[in-house]
Amino acid sequence: MFPDQFLFGVEVLLNGLMAGVLYALVALGFVLIFKASGIFNYAQGVMALFAALTLVGIMDGQVPFSHLINAIFGTDVHHFGWHVPAFLSILLTMVVMVGLAWCVQQFIFRHLVGQEPIILFMATIGLAYFMEGFGDMMWGSEIKKLDVGIPQGGGFWIEEVTSFLGGSNFYGFFIDKLDMVATVVAIILVILLVGFAQYTKQGRAMRAVADDHQAALSVGISLSFIWVLVWSLAGFVALVAGIMWGAKSGVQFSLSLIALKALPVLMLGGFTSIPGAIVGGLIVGVGEKLFEFLIGAPFLGGATENWFAYMLALLFLVFRPQGLFGEKIIERV
Amino acid sequence: MFDQPESFVTADGRTIGGVMMEMKNITLRFGGVVAIKDISFDIREGEIRAIIGPNGAGKSSMLNVISGFYNPQDGEVWYKGERRPSMKPFEVARQGIARTFQNIALFEGMSVLDNVMTGRLNHMNAGIVSQAFWYGKAQREETENREVVERVIDFLEIQHIRKTPVSRLPYGLKKRVELARALAADPKLLLLDEPMAGMNVEEKEDMSRFILDVNDEFGTTIALIEHDMSVVMDISDRVVVMDYGKKIGDGTPHDVRNNQAVIDAYLGVSHD
Repeated sequence: MFPDQFLFGVEVLLNGLMAGVLYALVALGFVLIFKASGIFNYAQGVMALFAALTLVGIMDGQVPFSHLINAIFGTDVHHFGWHVPAFLSILLTMVVMVGLAWCVQQFIFRHLVGQEPIILFMATIGLAYFMEGFGDMMWGSEIKKLDVGIPQGGGFWIEEVTSFLGGSNFYGFFIDKLDMVATVVAIILVILLVGFAQYTKQGRAMRAVADDHQAALSVGISLSFIWVLVWSLAGFVALVAGIMWGAKSGVQFSLSLIALKALPVLMLGGFTSIPGAIVGGLIVGVGEKLFEFLIGAPFLGGATENWFAYMLALLFLVFRPQGLFGEKIIERV
Repeated sequence: MFDQPESFVTADGRTIGGVMMEMKNITLRFGGVVAIKDISFDIREGEIRAIIGPNGAGKSSMLNVISGFYNPQDGEVWYKGERRPSMKPFEVARQGIARTFQNIALFEGMSVLDNVMTGRLNHMNAGIVSQAFWYGKAQREETENREVVERVIDFLEIQHIRKTPVSRLPYGLKKRVELARALAADPKLLLLDEPMAGMNVEEKEDMSRFILDVNDEFGTTIALIEHDMSVVMDISDRVVVMDYGKKIGDGTPHDVRNNQAVIDAYLGVSHD
């Protein structure tokens, strides 16, 4: 019915959308913190890694700091010997992420209030490396499998239903079930976040702090409480992103590099816009897959996915520096 | 009248109560600069108390001390008969002290209604679960708070811009929205930092009327800063006059107007 080439293109587009959802998830964490505190959190990717490591560790009943303990006390402990159910583990990991948010506020950013953005940014770089090392020390550095019971592999149902579209060598669209779950989860997450920000007391306070610190103080909002809250939310988003990426390609230290892919996403979407993070993520996801399929592979020798997003971001920086949805930069004279 | 320890009724029928807030020997320094030098005064319940003085006299610093934005190096702040330990601004706000700013601090990205609604944040106690399911306490509170907010909006005559984003409003209206947000908190003490700065005569008259009405209708105690003498003299019960961080006068507008030190500070005095 359709030429095969076209159908493959559609499949590439769909897969690009799914990949974009994951980029959007990471970018979302950046936006949350940036809006409320003006901090560009370089450690967002590492937070996702740390969350995933902690989740796996808790699920498998690993003894935290086991290498350290064994080295000091000459013992040989590695596992508690129990397995914690996935749901409970996720809850416990969330508790850890809230604790982390509190520590970050208490030990780092409380002392840096009113500093230049570049200093705050440097602090997050430090935080990123510290957390990477800390995660390593706590849970070990080997690649771990994360299985929280999300279905994986191709959705045969979709393949069967869509196979009639093509000719003899088209077997239907191949879409990973994991990607579909990730998309649904991301949509729910965004709805929850928007609902929280719009309709709850804490959400209102959060928006108020994002808008004007002085005014927020004058209506009785505690800035440090709100900052702990946004870091916790960012930790929660990081956990979700960590679960999805971890389930897809194993929990390994390269996970922290996904933060770098979120950068072009943010430049597209704007640093202060939640819808921007979503749309930016989808554009980057779709864009890099389609570009590879249409231009990269046939004409440029492939492997364009590595740099396409940055190229796109560069173009945006030149022509629309505030991004698609960012607040317009107006210099008042 | 004001030397009475207990409450009394003014000529225009308002009740002035006992001392609500007392500043005792406040000294505030920024490095080597002394912004406030050993100043004491009190604010009585139900009155309109003005702090006036030329530019750079330390008026705003004084207001910032009261609202907790600055903590003085020396001196004591007494509120409702208790000594107040050094506090963060949000803690002061939670004690029922609301304020506006000289350079307007509104949430520019939000609508007028949302801005005024933030004034009610401290009157919302429903737990997150109740809020999530929009059930019981959360729903009741939201309705109550909306009612208060709508009353304030009506009172200050800003119904027509309820849904307008604050960033699009002209200066005079922004000032009024800021007052509305402070009022929505249902404050015991309302601090206004130059509520009429940068306004034309008509807007100043409107603002004066609102300040008087707020005081009259809700019995809110108001402390305000102004450097336009004439406006202040008309609306305040008592006036503190500051110059170069020192208090040079304190009393009813009539007393202050005839105080030689005040006249010198405002008109300048020749030193030859």
